Amino acid sequence: MNITLSITKNIHNWLFSIMPEGVASITEMVLIAVVYLAIFAVAGLYLVLLERKVAAWFQLRIGPNRVGWWGLLQTMADALKLVSKELTGTVKADKFLYNLAPYFVIVSALMALAVFPFTQEFQAFDINIGILFLIAISSIGVIGILLGGWSSNNKFALIGAMRSGVQTISYELSVGLSLLTMILITGSLQLSEIVEVQKNGWLIVQGHIPAVIAFMIYMIAGTAETNRAPFDLVEAESELGAGFHTEYSGMKFAYFFLAEFINMFIIAAIATTVFFGAWLSPFGITESIPLLGVVWFLGKTLIIVFLMMWFRWTFPRLRIDQLLTLEWKYLLPLNLLNLVLMALIVWLNLTIQF
Amino acid sequence: MDTNIATSNLKSEDYFINMGPQHPATHGVLRLLLTIDGEIIKKVEPDLGYIHRSIEKMCERDSYQQIVHLTDRMDYLSSHINNEAVCLTVENALQLEIPERVKVIRTIIGELTRIASHTLWWGVMGMDVGALTTYFYGFRDRELINDIFEETCGARLTMNYNIPGGLMFDIHPNFVKRTKEFIAHFKTKLPEYDRLLTGNVIFQKRMKGVGILTKEDAISFGASGPVGRGSGYSCDVRKHHPYSALDKVTFKEVLRTEGDSLARYEVRIQEMWESMSIIEQLIDNIPEGDVQVATNAVIKLPKGEFYQKVETARGELGVYVISTGTKNPYRLKFRSPGFSNLSLLNHIAVGGKIGDLVASMATLDIVVPDIDR
Repeated sequence: MNITLSITKNIHNWLFSIMPEGVASITEMVLIAVVYLAIFAVAGLYLVLLERKVAAWFQLRIGPNRVGWWGLLQTMADALKLVSKELTGTVKADKFLYNLAPYFVIVSALMALAVFPFTQEFQAFDINIGILFLIAISSIGVIGILLGGWSSNNKFALIGAMRSGVQTISYELSVGLSLLTMILITGSLQLSEIVEVQKNGWLIVQGHIPAVIAFMIYMIAGTAETNRAPFDLVEAESELGAGFHTEYSGMKFAYFFLAEFINMFIIAAIATTVFFGAWLSPFGITESIPLLGVVWFLGKTLIIVFLMMWFRWTFPRLRIDQLLTLEWKYLLPLNLLNLVLMALIVWLNLTIQF
Repeated sequence: MDTNIATSNLKSEDYFINMGPQHPATHGVLRLLLTIDGEIIKKVEPDLGYIHRSIEKMCERDSYQQIVHLTDRMDYLSSHINNEAVCLTVENALQLEIPERVKVIRTIIGELTRIASHTLWWGVMGMDVGALTTYFYGFRDRELINDIFEETCGARLTMNYNIPGGLMFDIHPNFVKRTKEFIAHFKTKLPEYDRLLTGNVIFQKRMKGVGILTKEDAISFGASGPVGRGSGYSCDVRKHHPYSALDKVTFKEVLRTEGDSLARYEVRIQEMWESMSIIEQLIDNIPEGDVQVATNAVIKLPKGEFYQKVETARGELGVYVISTGTKNPYRLKFRSPGFSNLSLLNHIAVGGKIGDLVASMATLDIVVPDIDR
């Protein structure tokens, strides 16, 4: 029996014993939300630090190393600075939408975290349409970017926002279709069941060729979804200054910034769940200790996060028309073909199962 | 009929943006007035003057020794070559016999300056197309050159090593050794540039066929340097009008005929190889001798007009002096390469995307203080 899960169970039982059922479940939801919020706000900050360290490593630098040991408190200090900064804005901005935009982005990013199976029973919200929920939620973020760019009354921000709209709408198709390819094997959208299926081998192994193609497409489209280089046209500092968040400062800017990193984590976590067996260890070597599942999950996720950082620090940026050409002329047809191929493989029972 | 009314009621305006004067892509205080249609550039109008310091007017006030110091602040990435241009003008006007040692040292440092300028350009070029890592690679190698300069003349950027009549002082004893070390180092690092950026498929797509400048246009816009040579216009001053020790070395004038951004990029990468070869030919046999010839404390040029052109890292820099026989020039005009090269920005950027504009502008390698003197 592991300790963490029994603690949550104890709290659950205790809550339901002292309160009526309705109040207890609402209290429990709020508690879980607060815990998730706290964990991922900090995790987001450490992803920023990781990115800065990785960037430094690529760029022959040391990176942050002054605040705390190995710069561990640097991003905390940055966050404190951002909290204390003045919130500026343009005079003719659409104030309501301008203030609303960052929350759209950060809330949608945090909401998606609820469904991830970090380990066997460590999943806040196991719904039967898990994957669909993830795709739906992650596309809400773009509304925030569009609103932010449009309402801040800045021409550069507007161009950035429009690019973002075009980009996200296009690449969502590929993200959805590549995940759909994998759903053909699992036969379920529920994340816990997707993990269950992978006890016979990770899906990227089970689905071999089409699964690898789907993973590649997913990584390209996923990187584009998070607006990171080489698809960072939304910000494109050499073209648009800071893009859609040019006019944001202080904590509102920090929300956009944090959301980018949490989104990156989400894209990597989806890839881990759908392609690499989530919390499952290779060949079930640590199956007897479920708590280690968290380590496996985070380990796999961080490797994919590192891959995305690797993209960012070595590739130049695409141009907007090349971005759209890549999606509509190459990825989408390839994806559809891949879907048919996967369907054939599943139909003919050609999947590899251990 | 109805459609006519509808269209006449709609007010349409060009989407106009100010790129700069504070904008990361303009490399300084240059303002571009952009008229765009969505992402497509309809018109680019560079607006200059934000960093104008009246250098030409100040030259009319100063003596010839003082003018040399002002030229550092024009194209600060080729400061040594700018100094050399003024010194050569004065020396030619006075018909001074310059020691061979001075000529060779000037050429070596000039070529080192060119490499330093091109490495910085390469780093910034990568950054403009979104590959931030190149910046640090470029600076890593440039720092080594700056260290050599610092040891020899005490300054890393605005060097002031030349004076009319020679050099301010002799080279540092370590100069030859460190320059050789740098060449050996850079020969292993320059292929790294190609591996990191040139061969990248995204980069190739961004550069190939973008910002095309034909040879005829290059000539009529007065393009020079790598911009002209990228279009097949043979305009290397070092080749056609060799100065200092450049007539003693063999090197290839790098020419590309495509005229697109990639051609301009490749010309600069190749030029770094050529510059290294020039330095290698000279570094082992720097002649012994004086490092300056005596000039009068107050230099007075004979009455007349004098012109000298040199090849800076950006192209042809001309110095045109009208002297009335006094200690300062009546009029001094610099023909700066950046100004002519910038003038063709509208020509090559119209019809492209915003990203193309930034990439093409990066291949023009503008230094704003050179344009606004």
